[in-house]
Amino acid sequence: MTFQKVVQVLTVVHYNRLNGRHFIIDLQAPQPLPNILPGQFAQVLVPDSPGTFLRRPFSIHSVDFGKNTFRLLIQVKGEGTRHLSKLRVGDPLDVIYPLGNTFSIPVTKDVLLVGGGCGVAPLLFLAQFLKQHHVSPTILVGFRTKEEVSEIEEYSKYGHVLITTDDGTEGEKGLVVDHPIFQRERLDFKKIYCCGPDAMMKSVAKIARMHRIDCEVSLENTMACGFGVCLCCITPTDKGNERVCVEGPVFNINRLKW
Amino acid sequence: MVTPDLSVNIAGLHFKNPVTTASGTFGYGDEFLDFIDLGRLGGIFVKAVTGKNRDGNAYPRMAETPSGMLNSVGLQNKGVDHFCHEIYPRIRDFKTHIIVNVSGSTIEEYVEVAERINELERITAIELNISCPNVKFGGMAFGTVPAMATEVTAQVRKVYKKVLMVKLSPNVTSITDLAKSVVDGGADAITLINTLLGMAIDAERRRPVLSTITGGLSGPAIKPIALRMVWQVHKAVSVPVIGLGGIMNATDAIEFMLAGASAIQVGTANFIDPTVSVKIVDGIEAYMQRHKINSLTDLVGALRTE
Repeated sequence: MTFQKVVQVLTVVHYNRLNGRHFIIDLQAPQPLPNILPGQFAQVLVPDSPGTFLRRPFSIHSVDFGKNTFRLLIQVKGEGTRHLSKLRVGDPLDVIYPLGNTFSIPVTKDVLLVGGGCGVAPLLFLAQFLKQHHVSPTILVGFRTKEEVSEIEEYSKYGHVLITTDDGTEGEKGLVVDHPIFQRERLDFKKIYCCGPDAMMKSVAKIARMHRIDCEVSLENTMACGFGVCLCCITPTDKGNERVCVEGPVFNINRLKW
Repeated sequence: MVTPDLSVNIAGLHFKNPVTTASGTFGYGDEFLDFIDLGRLGGIFVKAVTGKNRDGNAYPRMAETPSGMLNSVGLQNKGVDHFCHEIYPRIRDFKTHIIVNVSGSTIEEYVEVAERINELERITAIELNISCPNVKFGGMAFGTVPAMATEVTAQVRKVYKKVLMVKLSPNVTSITDLAKSVVDGGADAITLINTLLGMAIDAERRRPVLSTITGGLSGPAIKPIALRMVWQVHKAVSVPVIGLGGIMNATDAIEFMLAGASAIQVGTANFIDPTVSVKIVDGIEAYMQRHKINSLTDLVGALRTE
């Protein structure tokens, strides 16, 4: 499937600080949105931040085609995201989107979504999409601590939500892979979609392999352009070094050298 | 006022305007079809082509730096066979000059690739890359020793019948010595500058950011060095100079032309704004109207120094 990429000045129409480190913004396009599917991302030009030379890539968190808006979930990490956290409703934002490939449509109804930290971002859009395809996934989301547990009511609209926190202040204590569902002898899932830190995705991939469950992960390699020309975000695959921004960000774990 | 004439002549080739895109920042051009009409550009310099497939360097390959970035891609490409059979057919009808950046680890490899590209009708010139800082063998090694620069240029000159451009490295003591050496070897035009060798360190992890430790610096951070080198080379040799290094907008492009560049390349800026090259064409036209300049060639090297 091909997607028409656009570079557009969008308008911030909603801003919500979720907690100390995370916020969401809704961006509205001046004309109907192009086709966008779960797994794709946007490259955001950070305004008024001379120290931020390159755009910042963010997964598309959810889409409302009726309102011509899409949502980004952003974690404040450095100068670029700190500037973005100061955006207000009405501000313009220069964005290139939609970029990258998409999660595949599952051929099973036994689906598990696993997200850690900011890696939950593409999974909300995926859960929305799965619901439209009459799939109600199990959604396992991991956070550092209770204060950062957010948007659970959103995820709950689309599936059964399980929570872990590193410190045990909400849900099960530990990392997502420590959750009791993974301690069972048999896992009742036929497909896993995963996004989060590399170490977490590798752990989930290991579990998926052990149980022979098909698994897709969304990588977050650093990149300059986002549309396939700088060749900076590559990852080794069965076809050599491939671009996370074009051939990815979503890869089946069987294709990665993990 | 009459529409200003943006066309320039580089070694006998007519360019509709001086704005081209730098190799390694523009893919093969088709990645930009969603964003711009390639026919509005003077030309495109496509990603480096080597004799055989190259996987390039390991990740991480990029570090953002103040007003710029470091890269250590390492000439990743699928080789000249793949270029001729898979890529050339899909780009050959672009309505602009398509120029191939030719690279290699040995003189034989440069010659082999140039010979193959010479057969491609719609490729109007090659740009010999003797300045890539991110490969172990070849690349910059040929571009920092004048005698080797002359030799590789002369050997390619024997087999390449169209316009031969040579892209110089700024990582040298005397850029004019290198420029003269490639002109001696038969270069029709000189492109400069390639990236500056640099490095970035992650203090928390006490490790280099790039897998290769060092990489090539590009972006506005290197513009003053690029302008100085274009100015020096323009005065030292008689062949046309194509200038690049941190050009982000039309004003930057004009500055390079005043310093002596007959044409310019837009590089790293393409990563940030895929439409920037066309905006620069429009901006140069607006500058010419504002300054009542009818022909762009009047600007080349027109820096007032008295």
